[in-house]
Amino acid sequence: MERKTPLYDKHIQHHGNMVPFAGYLLPEQYEQGVIEEHMAVRTKAGLFDVSHMGEVTCQGKDALKNLNQIMTNDFTDMVVGQARYTPMCHENGGMVDDLIVYKRGEDDYYIVVNAANKDKDFNWMVAHQFGAAEFKDISESVAQLAIQGPLAPAILAKLTADQYIPQKYYHAVFDCLVAGIPCIVSWTGYTGENGYEIFTAAEDGPKMWDALLEAGQPEGLIPCGLAARDTLRLEAAMPLYGHEMDDTVDPLEASLSFAVKMTKEDFIGKKAIMEKGDPAIKRVGLKVVGRGIIREQQRVLLDGVEVGHTTSGTHCPYLGYPIAMALLDSSCTQIGTKVEVEVRNKKVVAEIVALPFYKKGQALTV
Amino acid sequence: MTILNDRLYAKSHEWIKFEDDGTAAIGISDFAQHAMGGIVFVELPEIGDLLEIGKGFAEVESVKSVADIYAPVGGMVREINEELLDSPELINKDPYGMWLVKLEAITEKGELLEAAVYEQVIETEEH
Repeated sequence: MERKTPLYDKHIQHHGNMVPFAGYLLPEQYEQGVIEEHMAVRTKAGLFDVSHMGEVTCQGKDALKNLNQIMTNDFTDMVVGQARYTPMCHENGGMVDDLIVYKRGEDDYYIVVNAANKDKDFNWMVAHQFGAAEFKDISESVAQLAIQGPLAPAILAKLTADQYIPQKYYHAVFDCLVAGIPCIVSWTGYTGENGYEIFTAAEDGPKMWDALLEAGQPEGLIPCGLAARDTLRLEAAMPLYGHEMDDTVDPLEASLSFAVKMTKEDFIGKKAIMEKGDPAIKRVGLKVVGRGIIREQQRVLLDGVEVGHTTSGTHCPYLGYPIAMALLDSSCTQIGTKVEVEVRNKKVVAEIVALPFYKKGQALTV
Repeated sequence: MTILNDRLYAKSHEWIKFEDDGTAAIGISDFAQHAMGGIVFVELPEIGDLLEIGKGFAEVESVKSVADIYAPVGGMVREINEELLDSPELINKDPYGMWLVKLEAITEKGELLEAAVYEQVIETEEH
């Protein structure tokens, strides 16, 4: 039985093609389709319902110590309002999830986790909690919307005062009013484009959705579904849990070393990651140079020998060609290497390219 | 959803149009292209390939999915629509003009539906 997000009625109203995802009914795409939606985010703006994501708070005198122990990044030097991306690992180094931690105040943190891992993450945090710190799952009370695209700042500016707009990437302003609705505005996203994620009370979600869509109409803002979210994050080479990483892949293998602070005294998984040494596999980008579309979970061959598998892949609308991410043996990850990917009964030639495929305003691998 | 009377259809949403010279063109219906969404890739057989009834002979891919296209009749590929290799999106724009292959030496025919019968098939699928 799938649950509905607070914005379910809005999706129906906009003729969303509703599909089950991570326990929720969400729009795969709306009438205009994934390609139009993808292009709207790259060139104008798109609005996403991401209420399926989970929100957990961590408060108390030992909150910071808990986060530094349970997660791989270091949160010590964060200022109030700042956000930081982090993996969270098992003792063996495999990833429980990847998430974003906000510092909401002193001894007060706000954590955003993947929809599919919500309960697993919360249980993991509670099981490893120590001292004066309390984790609370507040997901049910929160509606989360993402407005993404080069025109997102102009649209948001119509609905709120300057003081409520974050001035730096990966920063948020808590206690905002947007269209008169109390919310958190965060300069973050999962599209590789400029934009914001807005957290508001579940019951205010539909009002916020309407206000943003109406304000953004002259700019060409349209609602966007899960399919566009996936192609956009793929072009931006943002990893997705369950694809580029899972319980068996450690963050160094997923090329997330920037968010793993081995200099910290300890964190769950540190010992295992250290003992493994240099990662045996690495996340790479593939660009199709032959004919065909690479999808996930296809074997990758170098000179006829299997060297790994793809983790995500499709034709990307903005770049205009098929791309994929793959986990390959570290010894065969040099940029420019040609590999073959088994696509059903044929082999498609692809080239290892630098990540990301796309960075704001330009295609990097053309 | 447009259905043309000048050709026949398979339940799996291919159309086939027989010509007087004994050849036939095969494509996918308006319903099929609409259900797929934006088409971004087409894989076609080679000239001279033999098609077997009910077996996949081409693939049409959208961003989200891959669809096998099944042969509604048996026969030999006489021509492929090379325009589609570079511009697969033309299928969305003109599903009945954009044939995938033309066949000759047609051997046997599968279950082919008149337009009115095919219309009932897609009505059932829609509800």
